[in-house]
Amino acid sequence: MTVLIIRRLMQSAVVLLAMSVLVFLGVFAIGNPVDILISPQADQAEIARATAALGLDKPLWEQYFVFLRNALHGDLGRSFVFNEPALRLIVERLPATLELAFAAMLVAIVLGLPLGLFVGLKPDSPLARLVAAGSILGFSLPTFWVGIMLILVFAVELHLLPSTGRGATVNVLGLDLSFLTWDGIKHLLLPAINLSLSRIALVIRLAAAGTREVVHMDYIKFARAKGLASSRIVLVHVLRNILIPIVTVLGLEIGAVIAFSVVTETIFAWPGIGQLIIKSITVLDRPVIVAYLMLTVLLVITINLLVDILYSVLDPRVRLAEARA
Amino acid sequence: MSALTDETAGIDAETPFRRLAADFFASKLAAAGLAVFAAILVVALLAPWISPQNPYDLASLDLMDGRLPPGSASADGLVYWLGTDDQGRDMMSAIFYGLRTSLGVGALSSIAALLLGGALGLVAAYVGGRVETLIMRVVDLQLSLPAILVALILVALLGHGVLKIILALVVVQWAYYARTIRASALVERRKEYIEAARCLALSDARIVLHHILPNCLPPVIVVATVQVAHAIALEATLSFLGIGLPITEPSLGLLIANGFEYMMSGKYWISFFPGVALLIAIVSINLVGDRLRDVLNPRLQK
Amino acid sequence: MSAGAPLLAVEDLATHFFTRMGVVKAVDGVSLAVRSGEVLGLVGESGSGKSVTGFSILGLVDPPGRIVAGRILFEGEDLARLPEERLRRLRGERIAMIFQDPMMTLNPVLRIETQMVEAIRAHHPEVSHAEARARSRDVLGQVGIASAEERLAAYPHQFSGGMRQRVAIAIALLNRPSLLIADEPTTALDVTIQAQILYEVQKLCRESRTALIWITHDLAVVSGLADTVAVMYAGRVVEEGPVDGVLDRPLHPYTSGLIGSVPSRNRRGEPLRQIPGMTPSPLRLPSGCSFRSRCPRADERCLAMPELAALEAGRLVRCVHPLRAEAQ
Repeated sequence: MTVLIIRRLMQSAVVLLAMSVLVFLGVFAIGNPVDILISPQADQAEIARATAALGLDKPLWEQYFVFLRNALHGDLGRSFVFNEPALRLIVERLPATLELAFAAMLVAIVLGLPLGLFVGLKPDSPLARLVAAGSILGFSLPTFWVGIMLILVFAVELHLLPSTGRGATVNVLGLDLSFLTWDGIKHLLLPAINLSLSRIALVIRLAAAGTREVVHMDYIKFARAKGLASSRIVLVHVLRNILIPIVTVLGLEIGAVIAFSVVTETIFAWPGIGQLIIKSITVLDRPVIVAYLMLTVLLVITINLLVDILYSVLDPRVRLAEARA
Repeated sequence: MSALTDETAGIDAETPFRRLAADFFASKLAAAGLAVFAAILVVALLAPWISPQNPYDLASLDLMDGRLPPGSASADGLVYWLGTDDQGRDMMSAIFYGLRTSLGVGALSSIAALLLGGALGLVAAYVGGRVETLIMRVVDLQLSLPAILVALILVALLGHGVLKIILALVVVQWAYYARTIRASALVERRKEYIEAARCLALSDARIVLHHILPNCLPPVIVVATVQVAHAIALEATLSFLGIGLPITEPSLGLLIANGFEYMMSGKYWISFFPGVALLIAIVSINLVGDRLRDVLNPRLQK
Repeated sequence: MSAGAPLLAVEDLATHFFTRMGVVKAVDGVSLAVRSGEVLGLVGESGSGKSVTGFSILGLVDPPGRIVAGRILFEGEDLARLPEERLRRLRGERIAMIFQDPMMTLNPVLRIETQMVEAIRAHHPEVSHAEARARSRDVLGQVGIASAEERLAAYPHQFSGGMRQRVAIAIALLNRPSLLIADEPTTALDVTIQAQILYEVQKLCRESRTALIWITHDLAVVSGLADTVAVMYAGRVVEEGPVDGVLDRPLHPYTSGLIGSVPSRNRRGEPLRQIPGMTPSPLRLPSGCSFRSRCPRADERCLAMPELAALEAGRLVRCVHPLRAEAQ
């Protein structure tokens, strides 16, 4: 177990390092680094001073180490646009994005799991065929288009839900969370549904495939031979067996959901890191871009590692096999 | 005796391809998907000739015709079946051209990714050893990152431009192709006929190209259809966000972005119809790809 | 042997599977009877339909299969016609079943305790969890599992095949059913474990007066265990009667061939005797007697399906040329 963790940690460290080199080269080596790191509005004297201060006259590899050292100290430059440390900007907006991402995953599970179970149990019923066809649709629909349609239907035509922004927040343990207020939930609902849609199709597929496989197993027949009620068979015997692969896949998907929030946040003007990065790319606010990329990659790698560990904890067979080894 | 010869005669008449086609078309949905996709392809290819108006010829545009609802007519009798955008462009023509760009970029990047990923995958499978490990580590690494993140990284670093976007899409996709082809090639490499070919001292290149490659095709075809749909969707997403194709090569994503701001005031058609076109393109490709996957999956074949 | 009406009486059961390739008549004429406290051995080769018979009794036949004809009389009710909810109440409570492959019978992600307690509380919700747990522990002890207390908290994959089968037997007997159907429960186990399990089941059934249908292809098992034996071939019962009678003096040519082909009966060096030909595919059963293509006694009369008839007291045979008291 610990061997596994250490090996993965080392792999993750390698990935991060590779990312940092890539980002460094992209930002510092291509193009004039002066333009990149110093605000375009600076005059000659400022540029000269900054060049010396930032060590831009030093050899490239030395600059890389300076960059790396600064990064490890949490200093990834200052945003041109906001004139604040880039990292702080990102960390400020992170809770909003995480809230949205987790809400989306929750919606995907709450909607997708029952539908997938149903499709797996009764694959020939008309509803099941509809869901199966619909999941191709959900898989194909570009997130941004669905977001637009959601706004069109619920906000513009029906005036049911707000179309932009985040609702009122409540501060819990230093974090501003909006799902604890009714207004917050109203604002959270559409973006969460939008973000969840591509994952719902995945959850349905996984649940249906898992259910189809499990339902033919001997132990399900034995459960029926015991005279158990079908509800118990489905909710306990079938569900527990399909949950493990679903949870692990979904865990790996959280990273993708966080990355994909760039689209939803832009459409719904949700104040998270996704909205920030798009704006930053458009105005070439490079320090923020660098900070976002490094942080998101770190996040994704960490989540992947955690899910790997979680998997071996959840599946009793894996856990005991490792213990014996 | 006669029963025996009857049976074998029946088997000879049906080639694998014909069986494949029969299995494929057994699903009406997939057949419909293929038909729709073919129609879209035709429209995209013939866009300059079948569009009522060239939406990018500024001279032919009339600002006064801007933001007209679907079905309205221009001063000189041209009917705007799907309405006009804020510049007075006929939406239908804009959509035809947009399809062209979207499909073109999607297909081009996919083909390039297929060639790159396929070559690397074949090399990895055939050569093995440290080369294979290195290639597959990079593949695994990239596949562990969400596609959109990879695209964002590349766009942020490379900047704008058609070629740069295509490059970004290629980099996003090559890993899928590499992994699929390597997996198939590995299975093939172990089969006996490759041993036989080796014994006959055929050159490596010949073995790879003539023997291994054709047998890898079925899963690659499935992956390719899915990837093309993904590429189209990804490009549309990037263009919508404003960090994709430049305005000079408007794809459907850009058209949708243009119309977004007009949605609140009820002028839905500027966003809606390009969106529907995009949807139809992606869904039809996915229907075909899904059916191909079921049909080509050796496990499901009875 | 108890007199009176049998506990279970199956009459002309037919279970067919409606597949894309045609109708598979897995069971096409099975009649048998079990008295309470009795052991019936249901013997047949693979594909003879014996497992499907077991599933049919409990209504566990999955689509595309279903019971198409016949009656299954149990304690006065026709199981083939009962609604699902009534059947559910009987399963695990009055009739229990254990399966062939012990490795797959228990749910791998649930503890043994969970899988045992739920069997009790599904039929007796008024029983508390603690009581159900206590009973489970006791029954585990009865089937020969030591340190039952720790075993309850364990997961199935921590047990060997033989132990898992014992757990399955324990689960089956939890609610003291009057009938236990055992579908080749020892086929997948080592020979020594087989003997142990056989002995355990026999003892338990005797003690609780539970009737037992033991489905197997192994005549040796049947000879030591059963009171009555029914021989199946290609979906039909071809012979039925008390075990000693059938094995010593078989009346159906197939039964005779089966007994003759058991290796232990041959002397060393003699070639193994086989029944010539192959079992017909269930998709293409020959008309009339399904054994006629392999039977040395077949003639035109065998083109008509023979009925299962009582030739002597207690001996049923489905043959128009039954063997009489001939020298083997």
